Amino acid sequence: MLEYTNKIQEIAKKILSEGKVDMVIGFRKGTIPMMSEPCFVTDADGVGELSFDSNCGSNLANYIMDRKEKIGIVAKGCDSRNIVNHIIENKIKREQLYIIGIPCRGMVDRHAVGAALGGEILEAVENADSLVVKGVDGEATYSLVDMLQDNCKTCTHRNPVIVDEMVADKVEEQQDTNPYEDVKKIEALSPEEKTAYFDELLSPCIRCYACRNACPLCYCPTCFVDESRPQWLGKSQDITDVKTFHFLRAYHCSGRCTECGACENACPMGIKVRQLTKKLNMDCLETWGWEAGLTVDARPALDQYNLNDPEEFIK
Amino acid sequence: MTVIKIDKTEFASGLEKLKGSNKLFSPAKKGKDFEFAKLDAGEVPDLEGCRNTGMSPKSLIYPQSETMFEYTTEEADPDANLMKDVEKDYAPRVVVGLRPCDAYSFKLVQRNFESPEYRDPYWADSYEATAFISIACSQPYSTCFCTTAGCGPFHEEGSDIILAEDGDGYIAKAVTEKGEKLLADAGWATTAEGGEDKFASLKKAAEEKVTSSIDISKVRDMAILDLYEADFWEKEAFACINCGTCTFVCPTCWCFDIQDENKGKEGVRMRNWDSCMFPLFTVHGTGHNPRDQKYMRLRQRYMHKLKYYVDKYEDDVLCTGCGRCIRMCPVNIDIRRICDKMNSYVKA
Ligand code: SF4
Ligand code: SF4
Ligand code: SF4
Repeated sequence: MLEYTNKIQEIAKKILSEGKVDMVIGFRKGTIPMMSEPCFVTDADGVGELSFDSNCGSNLANYIMDRKEKIGIVAKGCDSRNIVNHIIENKIKREQLYIIGIPCRGMVDRHAVGAALGGEILEAVENADSLVVKGVDGEATYSLVDMLQDNCKTCTHRNPVIVDEMVADKVEEQQDTNPYEDVKKIEALSPEEKTAYFDELLSPCIRCYACRNACPLCYCPTCFVDESRPQWLGKSQDITDVKTFHFLRAYHCSGRCTECGACENACPMGIKVRQLTKKLNMDCLETWGWEAGLTVDARPALDQYNLNDPEEFIK
Repeated sequence: MTVIKIDKTEFASGLEKLKGSNKLFSPAKKGKDFEFAKLDAGEVPDLEGCRNTGMSPKSLIYPQSETMFEYTTEEADPDANLMKDVEKDYAPRVVVGLRPCDAYSFKLVQRNFESPEYRDPYWADSYEATAFISIACSQPYSTCFCTTAGCGPFHEEGSDIILAEDGDGYIAKAVTEKGEKLLADAGWATTAEGGEDKFASLKKAAEEKVTSSIDISKVRDMAILDLYEADFWEKEAFACINCGTCTFVCPTCWCFDIQDENKGKEGVRMRNWDSCMFPLFTVHGTGHNPRDQKYMRLRQRYMHKLKYYVDKYEDDVLCTGCGRCIRMCPVNIDIRRICDKMNSYVKA
């Protein structure tokens, strides 16, 4: 995907100098290996700052809500689905956007690379299919495919669903990726085992809310966790409060989550927060055949009523 | 101060002795990182395995959630509606294997919790009850910039004993009276021939390995308002998602929020870490928020660490250079980069 950088810069330069947009939102190279930073460019001469590689896991749709400018935005498959969500939910207008589409081959999980290397990543060079990483005790080469973020491993919408200009030809979509295998396993647990599982999953949480803030769906002016009248939940490390935050947030994302993985990518504690949202995505798919953010022409699963909606769950 | 050599067996047996009258804490692997945990009888810490912990040791002295008072609103109770102190455990504790920058961080934080005017009893009592045996760094991270942030890989201030890895054991240097006493209690007594020199040469080698830096030389003389109104804040803050991770992992971020929590008629008053990166941090009762834009919040964090604190105490930065915020920020906001923007700022 390295070749995308030139094309992104070229498109950005064009749309900025033609006055089609006021700003272009993309990524710039990070200050440490395997990181990149969301950034914006307003000047055609500044497009050299923009770059793209397999470390662009942040979801840029998170940076456009309620903006008034005309915006060029670099969008992977998942980002584009969140842009669709925003359009449906009136957080941005389609006419305001010039979507620079990235046919995505998956983002690399830097925590997984760190774990495989067994320590700090001092240098990382990305090639077409591989990643050469230098650590304190030497060098290792990994195949990019093996180091993908969990959500990318099972992603079936790698090409943007809404786009003004692609940076390259579409990539082939993955088939039969079985994304809900782990959810089925949890579903099979007894209630006691489930409680233990979620306690264990969420006990390292420090309640920084990076997961929520990295998520383009979480744009409420005041999140329920921050409400004080009434105060829905306590602010300490009490596990009940921690779980309440996570469970409720997940419900607020049902029928909207695009599996972009920004939450997990952001969590400083490495918590697999998608274990919760995935279950709701699976239910939406199995119950209504619904996947979020694929088209601006349909209302989301929990946003509409159909006479032929299944009702077996009503007991 | 005493400088001695301890071999690994002596080290382990000494820790066992210390466990008799102290609670010991040290880094232990938990999930993807090392975190501080209680060291039980028979356990020896893996000091070499841990380059540094994910979270800083600040929660050992200043827990993320801490109950200060308890109360009841049950009118039949003679103590109804009174805030009563809760019982605290300030029995002696020893933290083993923290890094020198983290030991030093408590000295910076002390200015806030234990000043000539105010004494925060929870922080101060807890700090007083704790001794620190730090381990000098032989392998700093590429993101460590301690040597330009007022300390270094062999910095002594804040530690009671500082250990340096040396072949099959450690060179240990007692830095304080508390440290001398710990050496005696642990029965660590072998004198090291030329220990001081060895220590100094290890120190020099380690400092050379710290390759990253910050520079506030120009910031010191800049007018606060010029920097405050500088034009780079919005651009630099763009990526920030205001998650507060940088402040939670930081050993020198000290802000908290006080909350009452009740269940039925019983309740507690507690304090929880807060963060200047959270929009809620500055919301007034009226709903007005003087820092309602994220760049204002980001500016606050870095201005506090690199300018306000420096000016107020005429000292170094409110940062030890541990690099955690750089390693943990999900969107790569880098204090070194921000510092550079500040230091090279020229008013238009
Ligand atoms: S990002 Fe991680 S630690 Fe922070 S609130 Fe979410 S799950 Fe908890
Ligand atoms: S600087 Fe980074 S870690 Fe700190 S609040 Fe912003 S996004 Fe979170
Ligand atoms: S500001 Fe960053 S580098 Fe400085 S002490 Fe805090 S976490 Fe460490």
